[in-house]
Amino acid sequence: MKKMELVCPAGSLPALRAAVDNGADTVYMGFRDGTNARNFPGLNFDDRSAREGLRYAHEHGRKVLLALNTYAQPQGWSTWTGAVDKAAELGVDALILADVGLMAYAAKTHPNLRLHLSVQGSATSYEAINFYREQFNIQRVVLPRVLSLAQVQRVMEHTDAEIEVFAFGSLCVMVEGRCYLSSYATGESPNTCGACSPAKAVEWRETNQGREVRLGGVLIDKYKPGEAAGYPVLCKGRYEVNGEVSYAIEEPTSLSVLDILPELVRMGISAIKVEGRQRSPAYVAQVTKVLREALDAAERNPDSFSPRQDWVAALNKVAEGSTHTLGALDRAWQ
Amino acid sequence: MKLALGPLLYFWSRDEVFDFYRQALNWPVDVVYLGETVCSKRRLLRLDDWLTLAEELTAAGKEVVLSTLSLIEAESELLTLRRIVEQGRFTIEANDFGAVHLAANKVPFVAGPHLNAYNCETLQMFHQLGGRRWVMPVELSHTSLAAIQSCRPAGFETEVFAFGRMPLAFSARCFTARHYNLPKDDCQLRCADFADGLVLNSQEGEQFLTLNGIQTQSAATCNLIGAIPQMQSLGVDVLRISPQSRHMDKIIKAFRAVIDGTSNAQQGIEALQGLTQGEPCNGYWYGEAGLVWLEQPEVREARQLSGG
Repeated sequence: MKKMELVCPAGSLPALRAAVDNGADTVYMGFRDGTNARNFPGLNFDDRSAREGLRYAHEHGRKVLLALNTYAQPQGWSTWTGAVDKAAELGVDALILADVGLMAYAAKTHPNLRLHLSVQGSATSYEAINFYREQFNIQRVVLPRVLSLAQVQRVMEHTDAEIEVFAFGSLCVMVEGRCYLSSYATGESPNTCGACSPAKAVEWRETNQGREVRLGGVLIDKYKPGEAAGYPVLCKGRYEVNGEVSYAIEEPTSLSVLDILPELVRMGISAIKVEGRQRSPAYVAQVTKVLREALDAAERNPDSFSPRQDWVAALNKVAEGSTHTLGALDRAWQ
Repeated sequence: MKLALGPLLYFWSRDEVFDFYRQALNWPVDVVYLGETVCSKRRLLRLDDWLTLAEELTAAGKEVVLSTLSLIEAESELLTLRRIVEQGRFTIEANDFGAVHLAANKVPFVAGPHLNAYNCETLQMFHQLGGRRWVMPVELSHTSLAAIQSCRPAGFETEVFAFGRMPLAFSARCFTARHYNLPKDDCQLRCADFADGLVLNSQEGEQFLTLNGIQTQSAATCNLIGAIPQMQSLGVDVLRISPQSRHMDKIIKAFRAVIDGTSNAQQGIEALQGLTQGEPCNGYWYGEAGLVWLEQPEVREARQLSGG
């Protein structure tokens, strides 16, 4: 059986090296602008660092993917096509695209460049996947975090595209690529600006009853003195519905597929992905190291695999809310 | 400029749905979108029921489009989708690329608002595959639309979501069921209790979002009646009015009057006062956060600043 690929985030050159040094098979990165879905200040790669990152990864026999997974508007079209051309010239191993218009451009202009469908492309069924495959020869699809394990299996039975699933990291609760919550409150969304709940729209305020956090002026959460406060992502705030205050959409939590790694291996999933290009090189090192060990163990001996306690503890330490879930893969979560 | 009644996004009773569309026979709308786009567990109307309504509306002179599910996860949902695509009589609204795949080069389709068309190359693709119209993503501004209008394929129609609570997100999880501590597989169809969705407030009582099963909407109602003259000058072909439980006849009449020039934009805004679910909003259209409402003087100022 073909080995499952471990795909790790590189938000910077040090993070890229950390991923490679700790056993990532593949790293993914973005350019330093709005062409990718982690468009954060101080993050991502310019020409020089991209070349250096590619050299480092390729010297170690690893692959580099370039995320170009925001949607291009006419006013910025040449920036996005320029990024496609740049990636081709740099010699990345594949482009991760979400925008149909850009796929058409990439397939026509660079027919030999391998294309992956970003999770932002929202392909949740084999019919959707086969559309992208037939039109643009997409080689691999990153599945949105909405399918149960049985549904993932069903998709795989009806397409010959490689399937990549998220393994660890911050959990999108909504279908990726179809969530405008961020722009509704702040004017900026993952699709248009590569940003969800952008830092410049966040406002913290200390009050007598504790700490308030707002996003675009909307009160997202209130923390009692001493209560741990995470980054204010819109879908993980506490709101009032019918007189009841709760995490009405989702608690702060991270996805982790550690418990079901052997199933993923048996199903023939091509790659598992770690979220977090916005996180530190230390995070990347830690998560890559644990998942490398776990994946090797699961592939060696899937029947007797069980997650080691130190792996679970290490991952929980860097997880949002210090806790984890299988998300939609587990039907009960839905 | 045509007026369209968008697909019903809520779970109303069978009688309420039939009653609603029989009223629509007499409303001055040109296009009616029919079908379930949110949740496949809402099955009070079957495809045959929708087709019955479709024939009645067609006989009343309306253009009927059959809308498809926005988030497709299960094989049973693909079966329904295939039946809609293959019914052979009406145009479909493709709300997922799976639907585009099935309809391509076979069935004329409208590229729905969740297909993420942000540029002309995407519209070109739809056009080549048999698309006739696209619905602009709700988060785009008039500036972006103007740029797209200048390069869209000839004859390919543009529709703008102009009134209603905006669909903002979809999830595997049902948030209405979650509110009642029910798993989705045993949701007891609690969304039927909320004719216009279940409002989610901030902890200081600001209406923020609307939970509608697996869909999350704005709590404010998008209202672009004041932008009709601008949309006319941009060559927008169709305005979408999304159904709500009350006042639809008045809302449609007000839009019709501004489109036909029998009322001006300001009179249109005044006519709709108090008729929206929650506050009105128009921020997206003016390039701001979606929940913002800009008054007409502010709109003029914003347009001058942007040179629009």
